[in-house]
Amino acid sequence: MTKKVVVKNLHKSFGDLDVLNGIDLEIDEGEVVCLIGPSGSGKSTFLRCLNRLEDSTDGTIEVDGFEISDKKLNINKVRENIGMVFQQFNLFSHLTVKKNIMLAPTDLKKMTKAEAEEKAMELLRRVGLEDKANVYPRQLSGGQQQRVAIARALAMNPDIMLFDEPTSALDPEMVGEVLAVMRELAEQGMTMVVVTHEMGFARDVADRVIFMADGVIVEQGTPDEIFTNPKNQRTREFLNCVL
Amino acid sequence: MNFSKVLNEATMLLLEGLKMTVGISVLSILIGVVVGLLTCFMGRSKNPVLRFIAASYVWLIRGTPMIVQAFLFFFAFPQVIGIFISGFKISAFIAGVITLSLNAGAYMSEIFRGGIAAVDKGQMEAARSLGMSKTRAMFKVILPQAFRICIPSLVNQFIITVKDTSILSAIGLSEIVNKAKIYVGKTYQFFATYILVAIFYLVIISILMVISKFVEKKFSYDKKSSSKKSS
Repeated sequence: MTKKVVVKNLHKSFGDLDVLNGIDLEIDEGEVVCLIGPSGSGKSTFLRCLNRLEDSTDGTIEVDGFEISDKKLNINKVRENIGMVFQQFNLFSHLTVKKNIMLAPTDLKKMTKAEAEEKAMELLRRVGLEDKANVYPRQLSGGQQQRVAIARALAMNPDIMLFDEPTSALDPEMVGEVLAVMRELAEQGMTMVVVTHEMGFARDVADRVIFMADGVIVEQGTPDEIFTNPKNQRTREFLNCVL
Repeated sequence: MNFSKVLNEATMLLLEGLKMTVGISVLSILIGVVVGLLTCFMGRSKNPVLRFIAASYVWLIRGTPMIVQAFLFFFAFPQVIGIFISGFKISAFIAGVITLSLNAGAYMSEIFRGGIAAVDKGQMEAARSLGMSKTRAMFKVILPQAFRICIPSLVNQFIITVKDTSILSAIGLSEIVNKAKIYVGKTYQFFATYILVAIFYLVIISILMVISKFVEKKFSYDKKSSSKKSS
C-alpha cells in the first residue's frame, strides 16, 4: 500500500514553547486516522504542519511524495491536493455557497466556470444542500456551513482531507449531519486525518486512533485497542474523562 | 442692493467655484484611493524600507495642519526649487491636488489597514489551504471583504476631503469659498453669501451621502435574512 503521509521526528515550537516534540507517523492511502487528546496536546498544530499552515521547526513531512518543509517546494501546488476543513468553517462570507465552492477551481485554472459550477452542484447534492446554492454563508446554520466547507475542499479533487475539529463549533443537534458527510467520505476511500473530540465517530469510522499528549504520540492502535483496552496510563485517564 | 439681485449674482459666482470644488475633490479622492492602497500595502510589506516610507508619510501628513502643507507645496517648495530652476512656479490647482490627495491618501491607508485587519484570519487560511497564493487570496478573498468593512469610514473621508477644499482658498484656488470672499469684498453681503456657501456644501455632501447609502446597501447582500443564525 502506498504511503500518503510520512512524518519523521517532527518538532514545532512557538518561541520558547515546544508544541510538538518529535512525531513519527505514517498514513496509508485510504486510511482514516483520528487524532484525539487533551487540548494543548498539539493535535491541531500537527495537522496544520501537514499542509504548512504552520512551518515545522525540525524533522521531515512527506505528503504525496513531496517534502513539505522544503522551502523550494511550490506549496500552493501541493495544497491543491490536500483539502482542509476548519473548526470555524471559514467560508468566504462575501460569496454565495456556490461561488465559495467554485472560487479555487476556477481561480487556479483547474476547471472552466461551467465545469466548476457543475462540480459545485454535484457536491452540494452530495452534502444535501443543493437548494442553498445561491445563499450567503451567514444565512446558513453552523452544520450547513460546515457541510459547504467540506464540499469546497472536495471541489479541488484532493486525495487527502484534513479535518481540524470540524464539529467543535457546532450546536449539538448539528454534529450528526456533518459526521454523516465525513462518514460517507471515509467509506468512499478518502484518506482522512481527523482531529476530533467525537469519540463515537473515532470508534466507528477510524481505521486507526492516535492519542496525543504534550506534543508526542502516546499510544496508537485500532479503535478497539485504544477505546476498550488502552495500555498507557495517560490514555486511560483521558478516556475516563471524556467517555 | 436688493436681496434677489444679491442672490442671483452670488449664485452665479459660486456655481463657478462649485465646478472647481467638485473637480478637485473627485480628482484628489481618486488619486488618494490609489495612494492609500499603495501605502497600506507598503506598510504591510516585509521590506523594512517600504514600511518606513509608509509610516513616515502617514506621520508627516497626520502631524501637520493641511493649511501648512498647502503653503509648503504652493509657496515654500517652489521657492527652493526656484533657486535651481529660475522662475519655477506651481499653480494653485496642482498644489491643491497634491495637498488634498496626499492628505486623503494618508488617512485612507489607515482605513484600508484597519479593514484588512478586521477580516478574520481564517479567511486567508482557508484560501491558502485550497492552493491559492497569498496575492490571489488577497485580491479574491480578503480585499472584497475589507472594502465592505471600509465603506462607512471611506465615505467619511470623502466628505472630509470635499470640505477640506475650502482650506485651499488660502492659496488662491478659485473654489467656492474663494469666490465668496471676493464677492463679499465687493458687496459686504456677508449673510446672504455665506448662507449660500453653506447650502452649496450641504447639497454636495447630501448627494454623497445618498450615493453611499446606496453602495452600502448593495454590499450588505448577506444581511437580508436575520443574522440570528451566525455561528
